[in-house]
Amino acid sequence: MAEKPFSDIFYEQYLHEEQLMSSRCKKCGALYLPPRPICAECHDANMEWEEIKGQGKLAAFTLINIGPAFMQKEGYTRDRPYCLGVVELEEGPRVDARIEGVDTTKPETIKVGMPLRVKYLHRDEGENKITYLAYEPM
Amino acid sequence: MQKRRKLGRGVALVGAGMSNFGMYKDKNSKDLFVEAFQDMTKSVDKGLNSNDIEALYLGNFSNDFFMKQSHWGPIITDLLGITPKPATRTEGACASSALAFREGVFAIASGFYDMVLVGGVEEMSKRSTADITEGLAMASVPYEGKAGFTFPGVFGVLATAYFAKYGATREHLMNVTIKSHNNAPLNPKAQFKVTIRDLMNAKIESLKKKGVPAPQWEDEKDFLHDPSANPSIAWPIHLYDCCPISDGAACILLVAEDIAKNFTDDPLYLIGMGQGSGKGLHAAETLTSFEATKYAAEEAYGMSGLGPEDIQFAEVHDCFSMAELIHIEDLGFFKAGEGYKAVGEGLTRLDGSKPINTSGGLKCKGHPVGATGIAQLYEVWTQLRNKAGKRQIPIKDLRIGAAHNLGGTGGTCTLTILERR
Repeated sequence: MAEKPFSDIFYEQYLHEEQLMSSRCKKCGALYLPPRPICAECHDANMEWEEIKGQGKLAAFTLINIGPAFMQKEGYTRDRPYCLGVVELEEGPRVDARIEGVDTTKPETIKVGMPLRVKYLHRDEGENKITYLAYEPM
Repeated sequence: MQKRRKLGRGVALVGAGMSNFGMYKDKNSKDLFVEAFQDMTKSVDKGLNSNDIEALYLGNFSNDFFMKQSHWGPIITDLLGITPKPATRTEGACASSALAFREGVFAIASGFYDMVLVGGVEEMSKRSTADITEGLAMASVPYEGKAGFTFPGVFGVLATAYFAKYGATREHLMNVTIKSHNNAPLNPKAQFKVTIRDLMNAKIESLKKKGVPAPQWEDEKDFLHDPSANPSIAWPIHLYDCCPISDGAACILLVAEDIAKNFTDDPLYLIGMGQGSGKGLHAAETLTSFEATKYAAEEAYGMSGLGPEDIQFAEVHDCFSMAELIHIEDLGFFKAGEGYKAVGEGLTRLDGSKPINTSGGLKCKGHPVGATGIAQLYEVWTQLRNKAGKRQIPIKDLRIGAAHNLGGTGGTCTLTILERR
């Protein structure tokens, strides 16, 4: 069976199944998350899916007080900010993700470098179903 | 190492204009462009016949979304009465009009045209803040928008990365803000012509009038540390770290170098030009630098034969205070991790050794996104021709200035170097 296309759509489908799927270049071994169809290192287009464990550490973060409509709908307000971060994974790549389980009113307690584990946030149903990649402290 | 770029023939700037920047209920994009155009026409020392303009290149990011009207090129040629001269729109998020400038340069350097108008326009303030935030977030990388990032959020992430790597703090962002606000009152076209100290004193006065006891702020930083005066938007980015929502337009008249003296005895010359593209946050090499800026700078420096030390002053894309620190390092003005120290030492002030954002920057001058790239070059034009009035840089032989424009999460970056001979 042919591999699923290394596209955002299939990446998101895997997220619904709580699988964090990257693409690995068969030629040079470079690893991409989210997956890329063409290797940015050697430009070969021969990729394979590779599931990654998704543990990592916080590379950087922000606490957003004024977010887009879909975050406001989740109850985030000026006084109740949400945390977003860039997470550096054990396998190497970095991802943008929601950061859960931290006190967003006390930024000084959120430390760059803190170890994190993956979790998945499922929102909405049917066609609107979306799964957010999220992380929480170990 | 990039190939050294060169132009087929030289290109000169012989006129430049800018509308006032602000939030206008009574002016639309056309009114703003006319204001910029008439300002430009006045600046052409020996006069301009509009019929001699052979083409328009116009930067506009998203009037489609903000004003529900796209296709601004022919709207503007019609407005100026120069149809059927061709009009081309360029889009590169907040760097849209730097791309218009570049296309205009290519058109003349190739020999195809002798005179083109390059400009930019954006009309944002008639929409709600929520709509504008959504509209601007369209210029981020899709993964970022989907995760819930806003643009202040992107620069919040870069700030926490920079702080962790180099030991900078919010105080260092405040130094940028205070510096830009000190320049702005000297720029009559700026949106916020007010220093942070003036803002603080005005707040104290207004509280007194209401009979509310005013906080005892010791100085500007004390004021900026107070969340009631300067609330967090996307930690550690606070309100006064952010540029405003703005309407505005700007334009520049470009001609072939060999006819420049027909228009003025004091033209400026394009001597370096670079553009790069970049990835989103997650895929970027580091979170404290933009690869697109570095590429653009290498290209522009290579073309001009100059280095960062030769650039006497610059406008850089300070959509957020944090951005200015990254850019002054990426452009090589200061070493990586030392930009914040240089700002703290006053080196980037109007009277410093490397003045940055003498216009007040996007932060105070305003940031109508599609107009910004050309508006930055308008400031370089004004300074190099010694027409900046109270904000004139006190360097005797001002000859070389540069403008750095950034779009999206560093997706499109440019550096343009101008010379007065």
